[in-house]
Amino acid sequence: MTTPAALGRDDVAHVAALARLALTDEELDRFTGQLARVIEHARDVAALDVADVVPTAHALPIRNVLRPDEPEPCLDRDTVLAQAPEVEDGRFKVPRIVGEAP
Amino acid sequence: MSAAAAAGAAAPSAAAIAAAVRSGERTAGGVLDASLAAIAAGDGEVHAFLHVASDAARADAEAVDAAVTAGRDPGPLAGVPVALKDNLCTRGVPTTCASKILDGWVPPYDATVVERLRAAGAVVVGKTNMDEFAMGSSTENSAVGPTRHPKDRTRVPGGSSGGSAAAVAAGFVPVGLGSDTGGSVRQPAALCGTVGLKPTYGVVSRYGLVAFASSLDQIGPMTTTVADAALVLEVIAGHDRRDSTSLAEPPPPAGRSLDRGVEGLRIGLCRELVDGTAPDVAARVREAVEALAAAGATVEEVSVPEMRYGLSAYYLIAPAEASSNLARYDGVRYGLRVDAPDVASMNTATRTAGFGPEVKRRIMLGTYALSAGYYDAYYGKAQRVRTLMIEAFARAYATVDVLVGATAPTTAFPLGERVDDPMAMYMSDVCTIPSNLAGHPAISVPFGSGADGLPVGVQVLAPALGEERMFQVAAAVERAAAERRGTAGAGEAGA
Repeated sequence: MTTPAALGRDDVAHVAALARLALTDEELDRFTGQLARVIEHARDVAALDVADVVPTAHALPIRNVLRPDEPEPCLDRDTVLAQAPEVEDGRFKVPRIVGEAP
Repeated sequence: MSAAAAAGAAAPSAAAIAAAVRSGERTAGGVLDASLAAIAAGDGEVHAFLHVASDAARADAEAVDAAVTAGRDPGPLAGVPVALKDNLCTRGVPTTCASKILDGWVPPYDATVVERLRAAGAVVVGKTNMDEFAMGSSTENSAVGPTRHPKDRTRVPGGSSGGSAAAVAAGFVPVGLGSDTGGSVRQPAALCGTVGLKPTYGVVSRYGLVAFASSLDQIGPMTTTVADAALVLEVIAGHDRRDSTSLAEPPPPAGRSLDRGVEGLRIGLCRELVDGTAPDVAARVREAVEALAAAGATVEEVSVPEMRYGLSAYYLIAPAEASSNLARYDGVRYGLRVDAPDVASMNTATRTAGFGPEVKRRIMLGTYALSAGYYDAYYGKAQRVRTLMIEAFARAYATVDVLVGATAPTTAFPLGERVDDPMAMYMSDVCTIPSNLAGHPAISVPFGSGADGLPVGVQVLAPALGEERMFQVAAAVERAAAERRGTAGAGEAGA
């Protein structure tokens, strides 16, 4: 059974961009070394042949949870908006979205 | 202060305080004064607290004293000062997860555990330091600086709930609450010399606990006695409709088994939780197991070989869940925002400035483990290993009632020793992770000290909802530790 290639600098740059984190060149080098060691350790798991084992996402038996759809009080809008960095007309305000680079 | 001097300063237990307040012998206000005075005198050096909520605590205490005066019972934790890890939401009191990205955030609601503690008469004294977003094993990843070990200021208190552990060990409060995702209650409890409990997943509501790895996170108490851990669990446990993963069935009984003894119980000394630990730690674990045998338990050595994959599986699953959970810190609705011309660059600028290095490592690790081309090899494999772990535990529990081993591989290590070597830091969790992956309960009980004079924790593990048995054995370990010290009633001084 093959295991994936070791984690490299390009992988770290890629996942940092996906996670919306900006890294300096020095950070990119340091994080690459540190994360490569963790992934290297994880190769014991990656190398296991467990194709016939059912994956566990949740340790205990779990069932769907439903409740009656009854209106009830929620958090006050002004209380919630008071914690926001920027607000306008009772809404969260953000910088430009439309027209941004893809 | 020497380790011996600090260890001698046993504060009253939560049970003793509650009994005194309920009977009118002490007031909640007087108990709070003593707690605040101890914090004022000692926390400058220890740095267990990020925020001391004196005014809110005073209001809590006055409500308890008014109830007693009016002839009403304030509850089983009447007047007991409690410290909360700063990832538990407190209405009107800052909650930062020791992160710059939540600096100044004041939650508009209380976590369910906070509501339940207060309803039982507890007094919330403040919020404690932690590794940022509970990611770490030493409390050095706090954005506001580390907590120091109360018995040796050059050492770490463990983590990530290091502030709560230190607050209890220093005698500031008798009860701290932490969260345990891979050992973050039990490991600092072991290093600081307190009791630390991770309940069965779903026994305690996670509503209002800032999410790290949702399938692993569980809230648990840190206390000076096993009986106090059971008492606090009974208060905070139980179904909560606001946490869809909280168990619908009644919580397992906790306190009633403490005095039963261990005669006839089958104890498994877990080889994987002894091998690879420091010789002085392994020696204490073996002594604890011998004491259980002397008390009438049957002891056998048990192997759960799949535990050796726990560390790798955990450091794929937990970061994967964290990378998803921490996507919410985007500078839009609360917390830090760093301005930029468009939303995407604002998100990036905010997250880059707001998260510390360990949080960034975990987010990137999780994003990698979930990304196209690696999902099956890493995250998918880790989930299958989780199944193997659960099956291996089930085989072990077919022959023994509980497993016993070390809580942490070493005693408290020096500040700075592992902070630049993430893999070495992750190794601190190797003994505690298996219970999180399986969703099982486990408790750390102080048992003697290592060659350096610092505390050692012995861990008792049980199957899902096996808290009653776990407490039965933990209480016996505590009695054995007290006998070993040549004193009666572990931690019960002042009771």
